[in-house]
Formats: sequence, C-alpha cells, structure tokens
Amino acid sequence: MSSVVLLIILSFYLAMLFGIAHWAEKRGNSKWTNNPYVYTLSLAVYCSAWTYYGSIGVAAKSGLNYLPIYIGPIIIIPAWMIILRKIIRISKVNKISSIADFISLRYGNSRFLGALVSLICIFGILPYIALQLKAIAETFHVVTQTTGDSNIFSDTTTYVAIALALFASYYGTRYVDASEKRKGIVTAVAMESILKLFFFLLLGIYVTFFVFDGFDDIYAKASVLENFKEKNTIGGIPQAINWFFLCVLSLFAIFLLPRQFQMSVVENNRENHIKTAVWLFPLYLLLFNIFVYPVAWGGNILFDGQAVNSDTYSLLIPQFFDNKIMTVLVFLGGFSAAISMIVVSSIGLSTMLSNNVLIPYGFLGRLQSEVQETNNKKIVNIRKVGIFSLIILAYFIYRVFVLEYNLFSIGMVSFVIIAQLAPSFFGAILWRRASRNGAVAGIIVGFLICTYTLLIPYAIGLTSLEKTFINHGLLGIDLLKPFELFGLNYLDPVPHALFWSILFNLFTYMAVSVSFKGNYRERNYAEMFIDIDKYITMHENAFIWKGTAYTSDIQKVLNRFLGEERTKRALNIFSLKYNVDKNQELADARLIKFAENLLTGHIGTASAKILISSVVKEEKITLPEVMKILEESQENIIINKKLTETSTELKAITAQLKKANEDLISKDKQKDEFLDTISHELRTPITAIRAATEILHDDDDIPQEMKKQFLTNIISESDRLNRLITKILDLEKFDSGKQKIYVTKNNIYHTISETIKQLQQLIENKNINVDLISEKNIVKAYYDEDRITQVLNNLLSNAIKFCPNQDGNIAIFIKESDTTIEVSVEDNGKGIDENDFEAIFDKFYQSSNQNIRKPVGSGLGLAICKKIIEHHRGKIWAENAKNSGGRITFTIPKYNRETTT
Amino acid sequence: MKKILIVDDEPNIVMSLEYTFKKNNFEVFIARDGQEALDILKNSLPNIIILDVMMPNVDGYNTLEQIKKDERLKDTKVIFLSAKNKEKDIEKGLSLGADLYMTKPFSVKKLVEQVNELTK
Repeated sequence: MSSVVLLIILSFYLAMLFGIAHWAEKRGNSKWTNNPYVYTLSLAVYCSAWTYYGSIGVAAKSGLNYLPIYIGPIIIIPAWMIILRKIIRISKVNKISSIADFISLRYGNSRFLGALVSLICIFGILPYIALQLKAIAETFHVVTQTTGDSNIFSDTTTYVAIALALFASYYGTRYVDASEKRKGIVTAVAMESILKLFFFLLLGIYVTFFVFDGFDDIYAKASVLENFKEKNTIGGIPQAINWFFLCVLSLFAIFLLPRQFQMSVVENNRENHIKTAVWLFPLYLLLFNIFVYPVAWGGNILFDGQAVNSDTYSLLIPQFFDNKIMTVLVFLGGFSAAISMIVVSSIGLSTMLSNNVLIPYGFLGRLQSEVQETNNKKIVNIRKVGIFSLIILAYFIYRVFVLEYNLFSIGMVSFVIIAQLAPSFFGAILWRRASRNGAVAGIIVGFLICTYTLLIPYAIGLTSLEKTFINHGLLGIDLLKPFELFGLNYLDPVPHALFWSILFNLFTYMAVSVSFKGNYRERNYAEMFIDIDKYITMHENAFIWKGTAYTSDIQKVLNRFLGEERTKRALNIFSLKYNVDKNQELADARLIKFAENLLTGHIGTASAKILISSVVKEEKITLPEVMKILEESQENIIINKKLTETSTELKAITAQLKKANEDLISKDKQKDEFLDTISHELRTPITAIRAATEILHDDDDIPQEMKKQFLTNIISESDRLNRLITKILDLEKFDSGKQKIYVTKNNIYHTISETIKQLQQLIENKNINVDLISEKNIVKAYYDEDRITQVLNNLLSNAIKFCPNQDGNIAIFIKESDTTIEVSVEDNGKGIDENDFEAIFDKFYQSSNQNIRKPVGSGLGLAICKKIIEHHRGKIWAENAKNSGGRITFTIPKYNRETTT
Repeated sequence: MKKILIVDDEPNIVMSLEYTFKKNNFEVFIARDGQEALDILKNSLPNIIILDVMMPNVDGYNTLEQIKKDERLKDTKVIFLSAKNKEKDIEKGLSLGADLYMTKPFSVKKLVEQVNELTK
C-alpha cells in the first residue's frame, strides 16, 4: 500500500477523533460523555501499542510472560472500591490534578517533592512515549512496505508526531484549571479503546478461523515447533518468583502511571463510576488477551525460521495473505492504542511539568500581572508548549537513540521507574507517621538502585560499550553485578531491579520517617488524607494554620487567576458554607485552605501555597499544638454530630408531642361529643316518661285504654333508660380497663344456639328463617361465654332488625382454623354503606347515609361488641354479603390466656 | 280548626303530643323525620309545626331551612322541641328562624300554652 493512501486514511481517522473530541467538549455533561462506560473505556488507555503489538511479540518469543502485566491490575482492581475511592475523594476536595500534586501535598505540600515526582515521571514516561512513536513509525513502514528515512523531514512519521502534538496541546489545555474534566479527550480515548479492541478481536478471529482452522488447528501445528513446551509452562519456582514481581509491578502501574492517574482520578466525574469499572475493566483486559496467543503462534507457524519482528505479526499475517483491509484496520487499532497513550500521558506530564516544576521554580514571578486573562494565558501557554515539546522530545529520543529494545522491555523499564513512587504513594493514604524526608529519600534511593541495576546496563546495551560492568560488576566486585546484585541470580533483570529498588526504597522511606518527625504541615495533611471521609464535607475545617491574614489580600491574589467575578462568587460560597461574615477583615485557616484550593488547579499545590504565603503572615505551630488542634477539631466534629443527633431527636420528640397533643384535643372533642350524645340519649326516654306522666297526672278524663297505653310506655321507656345506663357503664369499664374477661373452654356452636333460643320470640314475630351453618357441632375455644353471648345477642338483634318484613333470612357461619374460630352473622336487609364499615363500631355512631341504615338501639351495641372481641384478642369487621345484606364477622383465637383484661 | 304538624322520631313522645293536641282541638299531622314532614307540607298548610332536631335522614335544622324557603309557609309558626339544650344549639335554632326553642324534657302544659299563644 502506498504511503499517500495510508496517510489519507490516517488523516481521516485523526479528523474523526478530532470530531469526537470536539463534539464531546460541546456536549459537556450529557449522558453520552458522563457515564461509567466512558470512564471504564478511558481507563483502557492502559492498553497501549505495547499491548497491541508487544504482547504478541512476547508471546511468540517467550510464551506466557506477557500475562502478568494484565494479571497484576486484575488482582488489585476489586480493591479500587476502597483505595481508588479514597484517592478520588482526596483529589477532589484538594483540587489535585496529577500524581505529583497528590504525593507532594500529602507530605506537607512540598515543592521539592512535587518536582522530584514530576521529574521521575517524565524520565520514566518519555522513553515510553518514544516507544509508541516507534511503534507507529515501524508499523507504518510495515504496512507501506517502505523503510524509515534518515532525513526526518522526509519521514512521514515526523508529521504524524507533529499532528499528535498539536492535537494534544490543543485539547489538553482547554481549561486553565488542570483539575477540570477534559470531556473531549476522555471521550476520544474511550472511542479509541473500543476501536482498538474491535480491530484486535477482528484480527484474532481472522487469524484463528480464516487463516487457520480454529484454535485446535493452531495448537496442532504449533506443538511441533521448537521450544513449544518451554514457552508454555511457567518453569519452576524462580520463574514463578519472576511472575510474582511482574504482577506486583503492573499492580503498581495501574495506580501510578501518570496516564492512569489522569484518567482514573483527575477525569473521574462520579465515584460511582468505579463500581462499573471494577467489573468492566478486567473484562476488557480479558477480551484483549483472548487472541494474543493464537496470533502469536500463528505467526510463529507462518514465519518459522524467517527473520521477522514478532512484534509486527499482527500486520504481517494479513499482509502475507494480501488482505489489505485487515492490514489497515490492524494498523489503525495500533495507531489508536499508541496515540491515546501519547496524548493522555503528555497531558499528565505537562500538567506536572508546569504546575510542579516550571511555575513553582521560576515562572511564578512572571504570573504577577493584575489581569487575570494575561496570567491564565501564560499558564495555558506553558502547558501547551509543555505538551508539544514533550511529544517532540519523545520523537527525538526515538530518532536519536536507536531503540533496539523491543516494546516489551522498554515498557518494563518505565514501569520500574514509576514504581519508585509506590511506597510514598500508598503510604500517603495508609501511614500517618510517613514524612516528607522519608518520601524524598526513599524515591531517590529507589531511583538510584534502579539506575544501577537497569538503566546503566540498558544504556550500555544500547551503546555497545564494554560489557565488563555487566558481567563482572562495579570495580570487578561480583556482589555488585548489576543483574545479580548481592548474588541474587535467579531473577530476570526487570523483576531483579524491582525487587532491590523497592526494597531499598521502602526501607529508607520507613527508616527516615520513623527517625525524623515531619513538620506540623505534614502531620496536618496526613490526617486529612488518611481520614478523608471524616473531613470530606467540611474539608477546610481540618486545615491548621495560625497567623495574621487579611481577606482583601487573599482576594487580590485570587483575582489575578480567577478574575474578579469568579473570586467573588467563590468567596460567597465560602461564607455560606461556613456561615462567616463576607466582610470579615481577618481571614482564618479555613479561608486560607479554601484559597489555596482555588489556585491549586491553576498553578499546582506548591505554587498556590507560595502565593498565599506571600500575602499572609504565618506563625509557626509546634507538633503538639497540631495534635491538640486536630483533637479539638475531631471533638468538634463529634460534638457537631452529637448536636445534629440531639436536634434530630428533639425534632422527633416535638413531633411526638404535637401528635400526642392533637390526639388529646381530638380525644377531648370526642369526649365532649360523647357526653353530648349520652345526655341526649338519656333525656329522650325521660322526656317520654315526663310527658306521659304529666298527662296522666293532669287529665282526669283520660280513657282507660289510653291510660293503659301511657303506663306501658312509661314502663318500656324506664327499661330503656336502665339498659342504656348499663351499657354506658359497661363501655366505661372496658375503656378504663376495669372490665375483666374470664375465659373458659366453651363450644361456640352451643353458645350460638343458646343465643338464638333467647331471641326466638323476636325471630318468630318477624317470621325470619335462621340458619346456623358449621361443619361440626362442637367447635371448642377459650372465651368468656357471657361476653360472647352478649356480642352474639347484639349482632343477632341487629340482623333481626334489618331483615325485611317478609322473607327475612339470617345465616350464621362458623369457620375453624388451627388457631382461630370465625363467626359471621349475615342478614338479607339493605346492607351497610361501604363508608361506614369501620365507623359503625364507634360509640353513638350515626350513619352519614341514613337511607341505608337508620341508627339502631342505643348506638352503643357494636362499640361494646368491638371492645369484647378486642379483649379476646380477636377482630371484628363489617362487610356486605353477596346478597347485599349486611354481614358482621368476628374472630377469636382458640387459646387465650386464662384471664385477660 | 287549627292544624299542627308534629315531627319527631320517638313514637312514645309523639303519642303524648298527639293525644294532648287532639284534646286541645287541633288537627294533628305526624311525621317521623324531616323528609316525611316536608312531604306532608306539600299538601297541607299547618298553623304550627313542632320540630325535633336529632332525627334520621333530614334533621330539624335542615327541615326548617327548607320550610323557610317555601313562600306558602311564611305564616306557619315553628317550635323546636329538642333534647339538645346547649346555648349554641338554641342560638342556631332561633337564628334559622324558629319562633321558639323548647328543651326536652318539657312540660306538656307549658307547650300547649306556647302553641296557643303563637297561633292566636
């Protein structure tokens, strides 16, 4: 394929990525750009060209060794739920924008440490970026079947590098605040992650099922090749230890690589996205690895004995069969993998370079303009130039040093260098005592060991100098052989370097931290990092600071970077959050931390501290004082929590009181109404008696039969009065709890039959048919027979009353379960209004819809029934029967305590 | 012959009233609740109505409101006769336009006197 055609395809591809980035940037916070899947896919920036091409190379040459790079992350990913969440929280509240910010802030906001971490990262990652460019260039030549041009101006890869540098520096610096989210880049990277996986799987399927006849075919053919067995076994304990260290190495890398920190922490929109990443990201890695082996061995089979670079098998195989489309697609996948790594890494590195090295060590003086735009422009320009130069620098590394090492080993060296940050990084969130000096010493010692055991030998390998250093050690001392330090001779160079460097790093870090106490600021940040969950809402409270500062001075500094309007808004938010007077002249510790945070995203933690310190006068605080203040603030937090709890309790109690009061008022009202009704009910018979008696008394000419009628009335009204009084007293006894129930074992069938007998006269008068329906005629239960008789009497009397004058019918049902008996009394009258099903059990209830049922008797009968049933721990309710007559049902448990009140 | 309508749901009280007013030469109509009373009033114009308050269906207050709407009944006198004896009940009854509010239990003699007075 000609270079021109491929370049045109590449231009279209790059234009598409620009388009996606541009679109995502415009869409802002839409669900298309801000979701857990985009987040997870953006983490797949981990799979660089190294994964895409290098894995196949390693698998082809040395078998299983490509695997630990994926196993390490998969082992630690479940712990993201705790560790990564914590790191994200710390970074969000402190506006951290890089791993250098993260580590340096924890160790007392140390400018030196920030710069050290930045330089380590740049040193470690630049060759790695160079490696990606190398991959692009080499594969470009493979696809176009050209060779590299020694004149960089006629080499097409130069222009690809420049285009990438422009893209990254444009989209990577859209915001002055480096802790802002870069939607465009993230979405483009997520898209590339989909494409590179898709193309890789496509290739895998092509090789496995079209070039060969499935997995079995490849296996059968590969198994006859040389060294097949050795390459497919781990190879004893020494190899297992190598494996172990490689896993540890990649486990560190997934946290510490600047591009991973950038994507997983700085670009994280929501903590919850981690939940998806925890399962989806390992799945992504798994999919990426399914076809590595078949493709690698497929290549070994096809190119057995030929001198071809196994890293490029994935291109050579389709090319061998002259499948142009597949070749280009594979190339585009690799290109995607490379450029997402280059772009994200260079953004991360340039943020560190500007915020942790250039600005605090020199440019801060130049950012003194009073005009916000000028300052911001300068910051953005520093970063733009930073990103651009880093990529170009990487390109020159690739051009100038002939990188003879394969993708895999260069990547590994990068990992080992970056791994030097591990002790101080993990210590930052786990160990309070860890100090700045410990971190600095650890990193430097680790890096030196790493240089001795890995970098120098590799450099010697590159320049083909004398190999005596490697073979006989420094000054000829065997114990100092760089690949077999202190006689440790069974580890490969990379695990060997990792082991010694991390061992010394960790030891130094701990020894120095334990021997020399950190200053108060380190201790302060230690608390804030380790107990982030405690401080997350009122973060500024945890910051300890003593001295004199004027709000107006701080405001002026903020104006220079945020502009007047944003500064004002920010200060308003602050005063609302902590409920402080906006016009307060003196600033407190919280405002200082708040102001530092506002500046951090723009100029980094160290510079923010320097700038704020320049306008305030800080007094030294001793360590014991810090501890005391921390304890106090802790106490304050506890007290606050208690106060909140107390106030919640008070609220609950107030609500209870209010309810109780309302209940009382309503009870009082009910009582008034009850008394009203009672007096009315009592007066009615008295009125009848009084009137009849007066007539009898005054009227001497009254006919005999009338006289008799009036006397009968007097008798019946007197009886009525008496019944009423009895019922009222009954009810009162139940209400006040004086009424006792005496349960004995009885037969409800018998009780009902007896009650029917008592009412026989009334039933016959109205010519009503009464059925008692029960499976058995002995249904035993414990109850107070007199009281239940009272209930049945009441229910039956009502039923009799409501039966129509002709064809009246009453049905009584007895049902029995293991624990209860149920009795229903049903008539064929007009039925009960649905709205009254509950109300009819109220005292002196009168139906609102009296067309259906007139008030009956005293209006106390059902109320008393309900009380009796409730005292038996049963239930009573009203409903309408199928024939639309009324039905009242009650249940009582079979076994009741001997005596209930 | 003067006509009287007795509206009450207590049969024994009605019996006493019916006997008394018949004896005092009234033509007596009887209704057991407000609705029955209103039905009777469609066809006959009594001189006076004795009205209980607490009755099923349509209570005494409602009945009086209906009566007051009827132009034909503007000369008909109304006496409330109720066991509701609170100040506010009495006020309510009178404010609706009753000519008299008597509480139960009542003196038959006094009631007859009042009725005669009102229907003079």
